Amino acid sequence: MTFTTPPYLSQNVSVQRVMLQVLAALLPAIAVYVWLLGPAVLVQLIVASVTALLAEAAMLKLRDRPLALFLGDGSAIVTAWLIALAFPPLAPWWLIVVGVLFAIVIAKHLYGGLGQNPFNPAMIAFAVGIVSFPALMSQWPPVDTNAGFADQLALIFGFAPRLDAMSGATPLDALKTALKLGEGATSVAKIVADSNTYGYLAGHGWEWVAAAYLLGGLWLWQRKIISWHAPLAFIGGIALPASALWLWHPDQFANPLFHLFSGGSMLGAFFIVTDPVSGCTTPKGKLIFGFAAGVLAYLIRVFGGYPDGVAFAVLLLNIGVPLIDLYTQPPIFGMKGKP
Amino acid sequence: MLQLFKFKGGVKPDTHKAPSVQQPIGRAPLPPLLVVPLHQSIGGQPTPLVETGDYVRKGQCIGSADKWLSSAVHAPSSGTVIAVEERVAAHPSGLPTLCVVIATDGRDEWIERAPIDYQSLAPERVREILRDAGVVGLGGAVFPSHAKLAAAKSVAMDELIINGAECEPFMTCDDLLMRERAEEIVRGAGIFRDLLQPKRVLIGIEDNKPEAVAAMSAALQKLGEDFAEFEVIAVPTRYPAGGAKQLIRVLTGKEVPASRRSPEMGVQCFNVATAYTAWRAIAHGEPLISRIVTLTGNVEAPRNWEVLIGTPIKDFVALGGPKADTDNYLMGGPMMGFEVPSLEAPLVKASNCIIAGSRTLFPPAPPEMPCIRCGACAQVCPHELAPFEMYWFARAKNFGKTQEYKIFDCIECGCCSYVCPSHIPLVQYFRFAKSEIWSREREKNLADAAKARFEARNERDERDKAEKAARLAKAAAAKKAAPTPEAGAANAAPTAESPADAASEAQTAKKAAIAAAIERARVQREAVQPKNTDGLTIAQRKEIAEIEARRAPLQTLQTAFDMPAGNPRGTENTETTEGSAAPRSTQRND
Repeated sequence: MTFTTPPYLSQNVSVQRVMLQVLAALLPAIAVYVWLLGPAVLVQLIVASVTALLAEAAMLKLRDRPLALFLGDGSAIVTAWLIALAFPPLAPWWLIVVGVLFAIVIAKHLYGGLGQNPFNPAMIAFAVGIVSFPALMSQWPPVDTNAGFADQLALIFGFAPRLDAMSGATPLDALKTALKLGEGATSVAKIVADSNTYGYLAGHGWEWVAAAYLLGGLWLWQRKIISWHAPLAFIGGIALPASALWLWHPDQFANPLFHLFSGGSMLGAFFIVTDPVSGCTTPKGKLIFGFAAGVLAYLIRVFGGYPDGVAFAVLLLNIGVPLIDLYTQPPIFGMKGKP
Repeated sequence: MLQLFKFKGGVKPDTHKAPSVQQPIGRAPLPPLLVVPLHQSIGGQPTPLVETGDYVRKGQCIGSADKWLSSAVHAPSSGTVIAVEERVAAHPSGLPTLCVVIATDGRDEWIERAPIDYQSLAPERVREILRDAGVVGLGGAVFPSHAKLAAAKSVAMDELIINGAECEPFMTCDDLLMRERAEEIVRGAGIFRDLLQPKRVLIGIEDNKPEAVAAMSAALQKLGEDFAEFEVIAVPTRYPAGGAKQLIRVLTGKEVPASRRSPEMGVQCFNVATAYTAWRAIAHGEPLISRIVTLTGNVEAPRNWEVLIGTPIKDFVALGGPKADTDNYLMGGPMMGFEVPSLEAPLVKASNCIIAGSRTLFPPAPPEMPCIRCGACAQVCPHELAPFEMYWFARAKNFGKTQEYKIFDCIECGCCSYVCPSHIPLVQYFRFAKSEIWSREREKNLADAAKARFEARNERDERDKAEKAARLAKAAAAKKAAPTPEAGAANAAPTAESPADAASEAQTAKKAAIAAAIERARVQREAVQPKNTDGLTIAQRKEIAEIEARRAPLQTLQTAFDMPAGNPRGTENTETTEGSAAPRSTQRND
């Protein structure tokens, strides 16, 4: 006779349900992507998902873990989607594959699989991509160059040469380059006014993708999948230095809203720094983690050599998580206000 | 209206309480056999007062409290004791416990009962009466109530909490008791009030039991002035609001940490059924021989029953008519209860609820997944712990770390397991870690005690040796001082018998004196210097102690050979070589 153990009741929750909700929260952004650029991004999502599942299956097999249970948990798909969305939408297929393989095989399974990875797998993939293939990782198509689906496919699968017209810089990168080239003679306002790369808040079109991430993130918060601490702190971490520098020198520094709706800010705030496995777990720890990652991301993207800094900022903070958690354990019941 | 406080965390499972409150409390029929375990409460094991063949009457004491923290046990009905033996207990382990088995005679013949005018008695005497009436906490913890009925010396008692929250799903025994016997509960709480002298008495009931709230309020009104400091308070329904510490928090704002007892913070808490039982014991002279038990779950007729303690569970569940697909029975609620190991086990004072389970009612847990550190467990933990961290360390058997994360503050309420998306049986990990820590603690204490005994023996041996050597040295010196004409001759003629003897004796004495001096120096050194064994683990120290113990007899044997004959310790020491030294010698010497 085997004995069961209390409690005998459980809430209807599972890792799979959590992951499915995260995927659902990404749908608005994917929809905006499709609306802006056509269905190319869907191809990337499929390439990434298939690669992730195959890699996951192979690693589970090697590690002698139950296949169905872990393939079904949805965590690999979440990683895959985040990679597909963080990479340039018309990146060659193999770049996505390399990123996903790196994330699943090295960042996830070599560290022990689900729940064990100290680093955010999607950000590892991004870092590997941008360090190894900086040019490819920096080519973002302008949204108004609405090439046909066939052209996009040809581009993704390498049947067509990579045309300049299809591969601009990100608005964030473009602004940085323009400011650098202007050597103080030009101003943010002028650059933004002169180019149709920019929209109301930030990059033309891309600002809507960012807004969609924000929407999905708020939904996750409302569903209590994520807490408000890390996203808010991350947004604060970007907004605070951005505001300070913008107020000090509005000609040379873009306003905080521009930064919040550019690059990986919103994706990072709601889908990356909220990763429970590689992030902090205490409320105070989440605030520190989010804020520090935000500040770092801002510094890297403005003063560093990379078009965006979210990935490096998050990875650097991932290292600090055990320490931050250790020192931010909240006082327990009955021990408040005592050493 | 009293300002209520909140405790953090908690969950809101479906209550499933409605089915068992449709009927009033029923009186369970007298079973043919009553199996009454002697050890039914926290604390000591009561000593059996009856033997096989004895006739007992209802309410007769069959096991007396063996110490202060213990509680008496009584015959629930009249009949003949047919055995005092080990029987399977209502405990998750299914291990047997000493029980008095009574074949009931159907007459249900009471002992002589008399009401007690407790107000004329010293509080100490009232506590004794409650102990001897077997009154223990009926909320499930079965802590002897009399031991909780003394206020702290330095802290004034502010609040007495009467716990009618009953937060466990399915369970309704307290609800029905409050609905039907509110007045007696209040009067029982009055006894507690008189003993503890609190400023206020707060009766906390979860707000999903409006009938109980109404009944208790009505009882207070009826009883009037005498109970002016009493107040019935509906508290928000949220598991585990009925945990003593949670209810204290909600009603008073005080947080009692694991390291402190609630009277030290001016508050004490009793279950409603305990108050009721105390009243029966004082006002009617009836010891605790029955209690209200909810029978619910997968049964045709869910209901609350007043059942005699010792009723076998199989007789009890038959009252409800379990449905065909019933495959297990839980004792207690579904959050903190356990699976009954055998239906032969009896109902005890701790049994508040029996739930017939089925696969549809309690589906088997889905496979356990790795922890994803989502922190849901930490959010619902009413003691604001970090269960996922404790799990991590318990799994790694890093028990020191689990203690750093305050594992002993865990009340095992099960909220963490309830919300875990990875379906990790967290509470089991914590129980495992706690029991491992306890057993290591026990082992360490045993090892320490053995080591202390061993060291004491060594010291004694050394002291004896030194004394002996000193005596010999003194004797030799005395001999030397006296002019001995043989001394020169002895040197010249070593073959001569008696001078050689004297010389060798003197030499031995000298040797012994030197050995004693060395020994003294060593002991002194040891006393001053920290030993290099201090930083070792318990296991290593134990091993060293064992090796030392094995070596000790050999060393003493060596000294025995060096010593001249006639040393009374010498023979004794050789004896120790036969077996492992430390425990044997301890037995002999202590």
